Amino acid sequence: MARVFFGSALRRVTGGVEEVEVEAATVRSLIAEMDRRFPGLGERLASGGVAVAIDGEIMTDALYEPVPADAEVHFLPAMGGG
Amino acid sequence: MSSTHVTCTINGDQVEFLCRGDQTLLDALRDTAGLIGVKEGCATGDCGACSVILDGRLTCSCLVLAPEAEGAAILTVEGMGGPDGLHPLQEAFLEGAALQCGICTPGFLVAGKALLDRNPDPTEEQVRYAVAGNLCRCTGYDKIVRSILAAAADMKEASEAKETV
Amino acid sequence: MTTTAGAKITVDPDPGYKWVGTRPVRHDGLDKVTGRARFGADLSLPGMLIGAVLRSPHAHARIRSIDTSAAEAMEEVKAVVTGADFPMLESEEGAGGEEAVDFRDLCRNVMARDKVLYEGHALAAVAAVTRRAALAALEAIEVDYEVLPHVVDVEEAMAPDAPVLHEDMFTAGVDPAPEAPSNIASRCVYERGDVEKGFAEADVVVEREFTTRPVHQGYIEPHAVVADTGEDGRSVIWCSSQGHFMVRTFTAKLLGWSPSQIKVIPAEIGGGFGGKTTVYVEPVAALLSRKAGRPVKIVMTRGEVFKGTGPTSGSKMRVKLGARRDGKLVAAEAWLAYQAGAFKGSPVQMGVMCMFAPYDIPNFFLEGFDVVNNMPKTAAYRAPGAPIGAFASETVLDEIAEELGIDPLEIRLINAVEEGMTAVYGPRYRRIGFRETVEALQGTPHYSAPLGSNQGRGVASGFWFNFGSNSSATVHINEDGGASVMTGSPDIGGSRASMALMAAEELGIDVYRITPIVADTESVGFTDMTGGSRVTHATGMAVIEACRKVVADLRARAAMMWDVDLDQVEWVDGRAQHVDGDRAPLTTEELSSASAKTGGPITASASLNARGAGAAFSTQMCDVEVDPQTGAVTILRYTTAQDAGRAIHPSYVEGQMQGGVVQGIGWGLNEEYIFDPDGVMENPGFLDYRMPVASDLPMIDTVIVEVPNPGHPYGVRGVGEVGIVPPMAAIANAVYDATGCRLGELPMSPPKVLAAIEANGD
Repeated sequence: MARVFFGSALRRVTGGVEEVEVEAATVRSLIAEMDRRFPGLGERLASGGVAVAIDGEIMTDALYEPVPADAEVHFLPAMGGG
Repeated sequence: MSSTHVTCTINGDQVEFLCRGDQTLLDALRDTAGLIGVKEGCATGDCGACSVILDGRLTCSCLVLAPEAEGAAILTVEGMGGPDGLHPLQEAFLEGAALQCGICTPGFLVAGKALLDRNPDPTEEQVRYAVAGNLCRCTGYDKIVRSILAAAADMKEASEAKETV
Repeated sequence: MTTTAGAKITVDPDPGYKWVGTRPVRHDGLDKVTGRARFGADLSLPGMLIGAVLRSPHAHARIRSIDTSAAEAMEEVKAVVTGADFPMLESEEGAGGEEAVDFRDLCRNVMARDKVLYEGHALAAVAAVTRRAALAALEAIEVDYEVLPHVVDVEEAMAPDAPVLHEDMFTAGVDPAPEAPSNIASRCVYERGDVEKGFAEADVVVEREFTTRPVHQGYIEPHAVVADTGEDGRSVIWCSSQGHFMVRTFTAKLLGWSPSQIKVIPAEIGGGFGGKTTVYVEPVAALLSRKAGRPVKIVMTRGEVFKGTGPTSGSKMRVKLGARRDGKLVAAEAWLAYQAGAFKGSPVQMGVMCMFAPYDIPNFFLEGFDVVNNMPKTAAYRAPGAPIGAFASETVLDEIAEELGIDPLEIRLINAVEEGMTAVYGPRYRRIGFRETVEALQGTPHYSAPLGSNQGRGVASGFWFNFGSNSSATVHINEDGGASVMTGSPDIGGSRASMALMAAEELGIDVYRITPIVADTESVGFTDMTGGSRVTHATGMAVIEACRKVVADLRARAAMMWDVDLDQVEWVDGRAQHVDGDRAPLTTEELSSASAKTGGPITASASLNARGAGAAFSTQMCDVEVDPQTGAVTILRYTTAQDAGRAIHPSYVEGQMQGGVVQGIGWGLNEEYIFDPDGVMENPGFLDYRMPVASDLPMIDTVIVEVPNPGHPYGVRGVGEVGIVPPMAAIANAVYDATGCRLGELPMSPPKVLAAIEANGD
């Protein structure tokens, strides 16, 4: 089971839930499952403004990335640099 | 406004051009003579990117009117090297990684040459003050200063070797 | 004084690289020392017109009307555009240089519509036969302004009675959603644990307030563009930018054109530092050219650069930090408000995420506010947002260390994050080298050098994410066995040399037989901007992958020529070798000259969305002398240690480290936007906007720390940005050490320092 963590912005959608466990092969299926549990969350997570960190690696456009069985998954704002 | 006819020497070549009375030497060098190595960073004499040596003096070409160049000898970065290759400052800048984006590089090379022409053995402090009119935003000046000092050392060594021969 | 290179500390010895880690002369260097290199303003085309932009003299005003008829009637004027010539865009997010860009805002920033939101805001443009005629045409444009109250200061902009810039902007990220519009675009929060409990456990708590001013990226080359739009609507744009694909995408979006009708040719770029990660005059020139049917060139003046582009945010911050007697940090609280300029999108969120990222803190509550105000829309500036927050957090940490009597480097080691620890911003760190940067400074002679009177020493650390993202590369093997390496990444600081070194390493041929090229938007695959310290990592990975494809092909050609199985052929030192050694090796030249017989030219491309960017840390130490009579601060000595993962070309890694430090010194001591009571910038030139010059500075000593990034084939971490994060705090801490005065306000200019000294003496 992957562990998914929500920062304070997303906790406003999850009703304060900070962490859930999910069985998902890819980021896409993980987001679909999140949306099932917290309606509306899927749209937030799939938007271009959100990056995902799987086991510490921050990625944008990561919809089809595999999610290892015991991964830690965080959603972050998509960022850029100078 | 009528044009002024100017005759001067640019990088050793006798050059004639027409300019308006209010045109800067910088614009004449770039737009008329095609010397794009002379850069415009501010047009107010604060950045040194347009530095040239005018009758032996380091000058911001943006602060000189083109008609004032009548009879003058002007050196730009394009005239620094010779048939034998690059000027030691140019070599030192390459070896010393003294440029990043490179927009300020022509101005620093010209300012460096103006310094070494009058003081072939400068201290670090003298180098820093000699190029204090030139802005570089990439390098923090460290490698530029080192490279000017390295060029001075190379030139001194070369001239001593010549004297020995 | 020596000309030798700086120090290097390597954690994992390299596996025997031949080219990586060497210092060849850069391939584009000759053109740059001879004046031949062509930057944005250096192209001229036959029949070219000169464009000029009309800019608002007011900080905030409604545009009642714009009358361009007199300008259009002028004989030498060939085209005029205003906001009405641009399509109405809906709010839509795209990938920008900082936070996501909203194309509706970007369009209105490029050309105002309805309202001007800052002095310098573009609201019309002309193209004429000469610059003189273009400027005369601008004079002839009549604008009827209704001047509105304006607001610049961030706290004033947040006040309930502040003049509102956007009537349709409601603060995001607060519950319940506000009913009235305000200048607060959004609020973000990062929190963990129980802050109250944490502070209760603390033996020492320090709480301070900080103010910073907007500063400009200060690239020496003003924005410049030549656009040539043909009768068929196809446009060729030549300009300097941090991403020519970005210029294509953004220009197409703003003009309602398709990206395929635009070709962008990258000029050499004369500095960017984040400030050239968006468009200003490029779509304007393309549109003027379309209207006029002739090429149009626009070159900004320095005043336009200051008033119409950049800067990064000014800020107000309150930070509270608590530690136990043993130095362990137990709680942190921070409130950050950043100016965004005329449109939402300050880098405050990244400031919040980065400010305590070097430390393991169990309890924190950090909140940030993105606030619009009447100044130019902020643009990315080197590690956007991070230096501002770090000025506050690293100064407070210094005070904690002092109160506890713990050495400032030691307190950083006590709290240092390491692999596996959870970052403030959420995920766990992969392999990082923060601790190593601190230890590197402890190992320098600078650390224990004696100080004189009125002198002080300060240290500070900084964090920056670094990014991956999309990159493409194409490698051609030439007839002589040399190679061309084309990428889509504009080279600002020597990246072509790094690309060539990585290609040389992979192909096994001399680095000078490689020609690295920055190719235009029609000659190489899509590539994201040069920003986020991503090029050596991401574009480097594309180059490595393309080279590996080429090597596989070369081996296959050799196998064909030898009539052996592929697994009988190895690639060693740039040559195909038979595993048994019973055939004469084939060089790239021999394989290339035979290529017509073995399947045609040898070339390969790779495109990828690079993963695996490694986080960057820097720790810096500076000595200052403060003149007690004038308050002037002189930097006496400076050492910076930074984790580069693996330095591909160490000279240009050092250059990035040194350049970042000196920009930080400017930010710390001199630079600021000064506005008059009408919101007009008072110092829009290099004389009054005082950037550091050579005589202000000592040498900047570097220690390259190499803790390899497991996410890159050679261990590369981006090095471009993190160096600017620590300097302001390092200087402030040194000024404290010299004077006993804590300065919470940037820049630490002589009057402020003197006032602090005098207040301290009272």
